Amino acid sequence: MRLLSKKDAKLITDPLADNNPITIQVLGICSALAITAELEASIVMSISVLFVLGVGNVVISLMRNIIPAKIRIIVQLVVVATLVIIVDLVLKAFAYELSKTLSVFVGLIITNCIIMGRFEAFALGNGPWKSFLDGIGNAAGYGAILIIVGFFRELLGSGTLLGFSVLGDPIEKTGLYATGYENNGFMLLSPMALIVVGMIIWVQRSKNKELIED
Amino acid sequence: MEHLELFFKSIFIDNMVFATFLGMCSYLAVSKKVSTAVGLGAAVIFVLAITVPLNWLLDQYILQPGALAWLGEEFVDYDLSFLSFIMFIATIATMVQLVEIVVEKFSPALYNSLGIFLPLIAVNCAILGGSLFMQSREIATLGLAFNYGVSSGIGWFLAILAIAAIREKIRYSNVPPALRGLGITFIITGLMAIGFMSFGGMLTGSDDEAKEEVKTAQIEIIQNASEDLKNDTEKELANNTKVNE
Repeated sequence: MRLLSKKDAKLITDPLADNNPITIQVLGICSALAITAELEASIVMSISVLFVLGVGNVVISLMRNIIPAKIRIIVQLVVVATLVIIVDLVLKAFAYELSKTLSVFVGLIITNCIIMGRFEAFALGNGPWKSFLDGIGNAAGYGAILIIVGFFRELLGSGTLLGFSVLGDPIEKTGLYATGYENNGFMLLSPMALIVVGMIIWVQRSKNKELIED
Repeated sequence: MEHLELFFKSIFIDNMVFATFLGMCSYLAVSKKVSTAVGLGAAVIFVLAITVPLNWLLDQYILQPGALAWLGEEFVDYDLSFLSFIMFIATIATMVQLVEIVVEKFSPALYNSLGIFLPLIAVNCAILGGSLFMQSREIATLGLAFNYGVSSGIGWFLAILAIAAIREKIRYSNVPPALRGLGITFIITGLMAIGFMSFGGMLTGSDDEAKEEVKTAQIEIIQNASEDLKNDTEKELANNTKVNE
């Protein structure tokens, strides 16, 4: 027996590739670029957005019939801001070093266009279960891009993954460094994040010709 | 002098788009034509110039740890900084609503050309980011906060103007089909960000200040080291006496 109906499963798989929030819908770019210098930060950010988007979508969907149209942006902002405050306090309590790396970008989840975008496009017009799946799907699509960018930037920029040296020791010159390989420090700087995302878009649109704009 | 330094630093070195990627969504969406880009950029400068000082006042007199001292002695221990997000976003949403009303009244043409993007400024990360960076960098005075708001806005305006102009020109270039539109914009923005990095050496002129900073840092390191040494030897002595007993 299938766990989810076909339509529901599509709500999760669509944003992973064909309707990806970052590369197709062009939402949530700011944090995708700024914090992906380390893979760990990318993973934590993805989980935070997953929580905020999942719970937020459900809450807004449950309230959708009683929110007056004129103040709906304010109501959405209040819901998101509350969830983000929770995330921020949890991070400060259990992962202080990481919260310092993420600094203001945890707060900027509030203005992450994906969240408001999905509220407006989906949660305000659909039931709670479907909204939850849509939230999870979009957060997963966002997370996938973040993790890919974070993976390449950390691997090529500091030769580590999640803090563990995988290419050998750069000071002792073991592993790959013995052949003369040097870390590409430039990858850790902001411009390369933009270029890596540009490359991902190139690959994605070459594979799926329908996404090419003109 | 401090004002001038903050001004140039916020426009070129800490540029909101190229150094910290704030406001990218509207940056990418509105940059297809120079005219709309100019309109949005001007709106962002205006909103930042109003909200950053307002949020500075909020932070200074309500949110910071110890800020509520003006209410009375018993409030000195209160630390309301966890409410920052919600208070900042509330002032921003209100201010943007006001700007929308004013623009609709005084320039209907601009209002129509901006369309949905004017209310979207409320959720533009650049605006909230401006206030949050103002808080995390502990900007000292109201004047500096206003300076920071205006100069960050000008930096963002410069960025979106440049990319809009470039995008208009490359419409006649031979971009590979899969890169057209969004892809090439990302890559060009990356190249522009690399270009802006060249401003990094701009404000390191004042050698005397830099030397003093280095000296005080060295003194601190030596003091800390000697303190650590003292603590370690005391601990060892204590251990030794315990063992002897």
